[in-house]
Amino acid sequence: MPTMVEGPPTFTPVTLLTGFLGSGKTTLLRRLLCDPALRDTAVIINEFGEVALDHLLVERLDEQMVLLASGCLCCTVRGELAAAIRDLHSRRARAAVPSFRRLVIESTGLADPFPVLSTLRADPVLRHHFRAAGVVATVDAVNGLGQLDRYVESMRQAAIADVIALTKTDLADEERVAPLLERLRAINPTAPLVRVAEGPLPVEVLLSAGTSSFKAVAEVAGPAAHAKARAFSITVDEPLDWSTFGIWLTMLLNRHGASILRVKGLLNLRGEARPVAVHGVQHLVHAPTHLAQWSDDDRRSRLVFIVEGLEPDLIQRSFFTFARLEGTRNPSMS
Amino acid sequence: MCALCGLLGDEHWADAVARDGVYTRNTDPARRRRERANRVSVANRALKPYGLRLSDWQGTSFVLTTLTGKSEIVGDLGHLWAAAERLSGRPCDPLDPDYLARLDADHG
Repeated sequence: MPTMVEGPPTFTPVTLLTGFLGSGKTTLLRRLLCDPALRDTAVIINEFGEVALDHLLVERLDEQMVLLASGCLCCTVRGELAAAIRDLHSRRARAAVPSFRRLVIESTGLADPFPVLSTLRADPVLRHHFRAAGVVATVDAVNGLGQLDRYVESMRQAAIADVIALTKTDLADEERVAPLLERLRAINPTAPLVRVAEGPLPVEVLLSAGTSSFKAVAEVAGPAAHAKARAFSITVDEPLDWSTFGIWLTMLLNRHGASILRVKGLLNLRGEARPVAVHGVQHLVHAPTHLAQWSDDDRRSRLVFIVEGLEPDLIQRSFFTFARLEGTRNPSMS
Repeated sequence: MCALCGLLGDEHWADAVARDGVYTRNTDPARRRRERANRVSVANRALKPYGLRLSDWQGTSFVLTTLTGKSEIVGDLGHLWAAAERLSGRPCDPLDPDYLARLDADHG
């Protein structure tokens, strides 16, 4: 058992590890837990089906590891997940477990990440002590392409991810990997894509999930044709009105939140010298953050959407129609 | 409130509690009043095609009213559109081309 010298952080970061069945989540988790950077990490593992196979595969089981007992991490066990995190929090406060400084939740391969993130935000205790630190999704280099095509859960996990961890690249040749990379770029162009099967594990990249650079936002290509999930960006030359943006995005999410897998924005707001970052997953939008400064001379607002079954052109049209309620001009879309 | 699961959240993102790193206009009273007034103004342009009107209620909530006087108190933006759909009896869809055409006609 590692010795803990530091107290718990004000907000404990929570990393969600997701990925389709058999995509290597547990292998990745096991390797992560061996890294010194994760020595003070608590883990919650989901059990799916009658036998907790994932549980058996993870070697390091101690009192900081909690096993959920009743099936998939979805709305039906949201309360159980909240209870499990609360229990860990309580035991940490009583020094019944070492003072962990990070929590990793490993979901089942069929889980939608959204309920986990909403649990952290909605629970009256958890929201004061825990913060979502990002979603890491494993994608299998051998079977990933087929899974993305066939299973909506796989596609959603990749679309929602802050970091995509490509597994089993040692078992797949580059001819198989290349179209997978292309598909992942189309689904989620802003998430860093790291190969975790070979070489040392890029722990820093995986742990910094959720703080992904907005530099990537400007590099998003146009909508990818024939993809279930489509990524596109809206760029606005002139400063935005915050009230108008809030009313538009709230209206959009109220009606279409389930189809808007991700929205990320770097906004130049009228009257504000510094950029404001907005970050949402389906119906859930995190509190906007005020960034320290613009990274370069480009002061345009940039919004990236990853949508499922919605027409990018229509969202773009809607955005600029609303922007005109306040007189924003010279918009463009990439 | 999360429109999907119905869980009450701690705050709406557009009205976040002022704290380190978070962007909000929910700060000093003057700024909060300006933001609320602007929000009501913009919301009324968006609500007009549905025959609805929003007004500030004592600086703490909003009142959403139909042309016939039916009304509902709305706490924040997170509840506005669900209430608008209840009162108008139809979906309030910002991707509806007819709705956008109406806004364009009024404000284009």
